[in-house]
Amino acid sequence: MQQAVLTKLGPITLALLAAGFVLPEWLASLATVAFAKGLVVLGLMVLWRAGLVSFGQALYFAGGAYAAGLLARDGGVQEAVILALVGTAAGALLAYIAGFLLARYREIFFAMLSLAFSMILYGILVKNAELGSTDGIGLPQVSFLGIDPGNEARSLANYLLVVVASFLAAVAVEAYLRSIPGSLAEPIRDNEVRVEYLGLSVKNLIHAKLVLAGALAGLGGAITAFSIGHIDPDATAFWTVSGGFVFITILAGTGSVLAPFVGALLFELVRSYAVQYAPELWQMILGAALLAVIMFLPGGLWSLFTRRARES
Amino acid sequence: MQAILSAEKVSKSFGQVTAARDISMEIPAGQTVGIIGANGAGKTTFVNMITGYLTPSSGRIRFQGRDITGLGPKAITRLGVCRSFQIAQVFPTLTALENMVTALGVADRLAGRAGLLAPLRQPERRQRALETLSHYGIADYAGRRADVLPQGVRKLLDIAMAVASEPKVVLLDEPTSGVSVEEKFTIMDAVMRGLGERSITVLFVEHDMDIVQRYADRVLAFYDGTIIADGPPEEALASQDVRDYVIGDFQLRHAGEGQAHA
Amino acid sequence: MLTAFAIFMDGLVYAAWVFVVALGLTLIFGVMKILNVTHGAFFAFGAYGTATMIGVVLAGDGDLVWAFLLMLLMPVVIGTLLGLLLERGLLNFAYGRDEVVMVLITYASFLIFEDVLLLIWGTDAYFAYQPMVVLGNFSVGRLFISNYDLALVGVAGVTGLATWWGINRTRWGHIVTAVIHDREMASALGVNVARVFTVTFVIGAILGALGGAITAPKISVTPGIGIEVIVVSFAVVAIGGMGAIGGALLGALLVGFARAAAVHLLPEVELFVIYAVMALVLAIRPEGLFTRIAARRI
Repeated sequence: MQQAVLTKLGPITLALLAAGFVLPEWLASLATVAFAKGLVVLGLMVLWRAGLVSFGQALYFAGGAYAAGLLARDGGVQEAVILALVGTAAGALLAYIAGFLLARYREIFFAMLSLAFSMILYGILVKNAELGSTDGIGLPQVSFLGIDPGNEARSLANYLLVVVASFLAAVAVEAYLRSIPGSLAEPIRDNEVRVEYLGLSVKNLIHAKLVLAGALAGLGGAITAFSIGHIDPDATAFWTVSGGFVFITILAGTGSVLAPFVGALLFELVRSYAVQYAPELWQMILGAALLAVIMFLPGGLWSLFTRRARES
Repeated sequence: MQAILSAEKVSKSFGQVTAARDISMEIPAGQTVGIIGANGAGKTTFVNMITGYLTPSSGRIRFQGRDITGLGPKAITRLGVCRSFQIAQVFPTLTALENMVTALGVADRLAGRAGLLAPLRQPERRQRALETLSHYGIADYAGRRADVLPQGVRKLLDIAMAVASEPKVVLLDEPTSGVSVEEKFTIMDAVMRGLGERSITVLFVEHDMDIVQRYADRVLAFYDGTIIADGPPEEALASQDVRDYVIGDFQLRHAGEGQAHA
Repeated sequence: MLTAFAIFMDGLVYAAWVFVVALGLTLIFGVMKILNVTHGAFFAFGAYGTATMIGVVLAGDGDLVWAFLLMLLMPVVIGTLLGLLLERGLLNFAYGRDEVVMVLITYASFLIFEDVLLLIWGTDAYFAYQPMVVLGNFSVGRLFISNYDLALVGVAGVTGLATWWGINRTRWGHIVTAVIHDREMASALGVNVARVFTVTFVIGAILGALGGAITAPKISVTPGIGIEVIVVSFAVVAIGGMGAIGGALLGALLVGFARAAAVHLLPEVELFVIYAVMALVLAIRPEGLFTRIAARRI
C-alpha cells in the first residue's frame, strides 16, 4: 500500500490538474476550498496517528490566513505563491511557539489547551480594529507566478495552485511518515516510556509533529484567504472551525495521505447540497454520520475503501 | 581497571520513606550481576535510578567514569545503558517484527547509520529484525500483534528491543517473572546467549535463586534499601544475612523447621 | 470607586450563571469522565423552552409569578427529558471509550440537537425580558443594579449550596463521591454505577438547562448561544478542575471577574482574557486549581 501511494499520487494529480480546465467554476471553487481544508486535515492526521486530537488547528489556519491577508492588503504583496509560503511559515512559527507548552500534554488536556490557544487568537482578532475585528479583512486580487489570470480564469488558477500545493504536501507527509522519526507516531501513542527508553525524546517528536501540522494548516489558511478574497474571525479562528477539521478527519479516516483530500472534497460537496436544500438538517446529518463512523467504523470511510481493495 | 558502572553512596527518599540508603558498588565491564532481595527491598528503585527513571536524593552514579546522576532515560540510553522491564514494555498494536524493526531503526538513526528521511521499513532492516527475533527463539511470532503474545515471548521481545542499540550495559528487571517454571531457563538461556556473545555487562533482578546461581558471576543482595551481601553466588547465597532477609530462612528457622531453601 | 463596584457586580452576575452551567458540566465529567459538549444544547433548550413558556403565560394574561416558577420548572423538565434521551439513548452504548472519543461523540450529538432546536424554533430571536423588567432595579450612585441580577446570583448561590449539601451530606452524595474516586471499587461494593451515571447526567442536564433559563430574560435567545456557552464553560471547568465542584465556583468567579474587569478597563481583551486564564491554568496546573487528578506528563 505504501509504495502504491507515491506512484498513485503523480497520475492522480495530473488528472486533477487536467480536470480543472473542464470543471465548471463553482466546482473548481468548491474543490479549492475543500483541498485547502484537506491540507489542515492532513496535519491533523499526522497528530492523530500519534494519539493526539487537536481542537485548535484554527489557530494556525487563521494565523496563515491573516498573515497572507495582512501582507496582501497592507504589505503590497500580491503574488499567490509568496502568500502561500508566508502562510505556511506563519502556521509553522505559531506551532513552534505553542508547541513548547502543548507538547507536554496529552489526551483531553491537549485538546483543551489547543482549544484555549485558538480562542485566544479569536478573542484578539475580534476586538482588534486594525485586523478588521468581526468584519474581517478583504484581500486584493492576486497574481500567480507573476501572471494575472483575469476574472474568467481566476478560479482555475486558484484550483491549480491548491492541487499542486496538496500534491507537494502529500508527498512530503508521506515521506515523513515513512521516515524513522515519522513512523514513531503509533509507538508514541502505544507506549511513550518505551520510546524514551529507545533513546528518543517524545516531547521533541511531538513538537515536530505540531510544527508540521501547523505549517499545513497555515498553508491551507493562506490559500483560503486569497482564493475566497475575504477572511474573518468566525470563519477562520472560532472553535467550531477546528471542530470542522476534526470532523473531516474522523469521516475520512487516517489510513492514507489521500484520505484527507478525498474526505474534504466529499464533505464540501455534501455540505453545499445540504445547505442549499435542507439547511436545518445539515448539522443533524453531519452529527449522525459522525456518530455512525465513530461507533461502527473507527478507521473512517477510507478504511472501507482499503478493506474492499484488500478483499478483492 | 575502571569500573564500567559505579554508585557512590546513592540514596533515595520519597518523603518519609527511604527506598535506598547509601548504596555503593562498582561493576567491572563484562560482568553478569544478579540482584536479589525481597519485594520492597530497593532493587527496582536502584535499577530506576541507574536508568534515569528516578533521580537519587543524594550520591553519584557513574558510567565509564562519567557522572550520569539525574540524567533522563533518553540520555542514558544514548550513552549505552539500556533496560528491560518487569512488565514488558512493547508497542501493543504493532507486530513483534514491527516492534523489532522500530527498535533497530531508532538505533540506526541514533548511531548515524540512517539519514533524517531514511525510511524505516527497509528489506535489509526487516531481515536483521527477523534474525534478531530468531536469535531469541521467537521468530515464529514475528507476524503477531504484540498485545496477544504470550508473556514469555513478550518479555524476550522487550529485551531484544532494549539491546537493539548495542548498549554496553543492560539491566534486566525480572526477566523471567510471570513465566512458567519450564520456560524460565529457556528464556534466560536465550537472553544470555544473545548478550554473552557481545560481552555486555548485565545486571538482572531475579527472585528465582536457581537462575541467579546459574547465570550470575556476582550477586548483590538488597534488604531495606541497602546492599547486605556482595560476592560470588556461592558465597552470597550462603551468607546468613541473605538467608535471613532474602531467602526467608528466618521465619522457618525460628519456627523450628530447619529447612534450607524457601 | 464606582467602576470597581460595577466590575464587582458585573463579574458576580456573570459568574453566577456561568457557575450554574459549569457545575453541571463538571459534575458529569467528575462522575462519568465525559466532557459533555451537548451541554451547550441543554443550555440553549433551557433558554428557548423557558422563553417560549413565558411568552405563552403572558399571552394568556397569566400572572407573572408563573413566569418565575417556569424558570425553575422548565429546566427540570427539559433537563430530564434531554438528559435521559442522550444518556440512555446514546452514551449508554459508548461507555468505556477513550475520553477524547467521548468528547467527539457528545460533539456529534450536539450538532444533532442544534438542528432540532432550529427545526422547532427557527432562526428568529426570542425575547423574554419581562421577568427582568418587572423586578425593576435600584441605583447605587450613577449605577443601576437590576434586581433580577441579584435574584440570579441568589439562585446560583442556592444551587451551589444545594449541590454541596447533596454531595457532602446525603447518602446519595457519598455514593456519587465514591464513584468519582473509584468507579470499579464502588461497583465492587454493590453500587449500581449505571444508575448513578443516569441520575448524575440528568442532574447535570438540568443544571445546564437552568443556566439557560435564568439567562434567557437577559439576552436575545438565538441559535448561537449554545455554541458560545460551551467554550466558556469549558474554560471555567478547566480552570477550576475537571470534576471538582468547588472548582466550578472558583473558576466561575475568576472568569466572571476577569471578564468584567476587561469590559470596564480594557475592552480589547474582553474575549481572550478568559482563554488566556484558561491556558495559563492549564499550563501551570493542568489538574485545575482544585483537583487531585493529575495531567499526563512525560
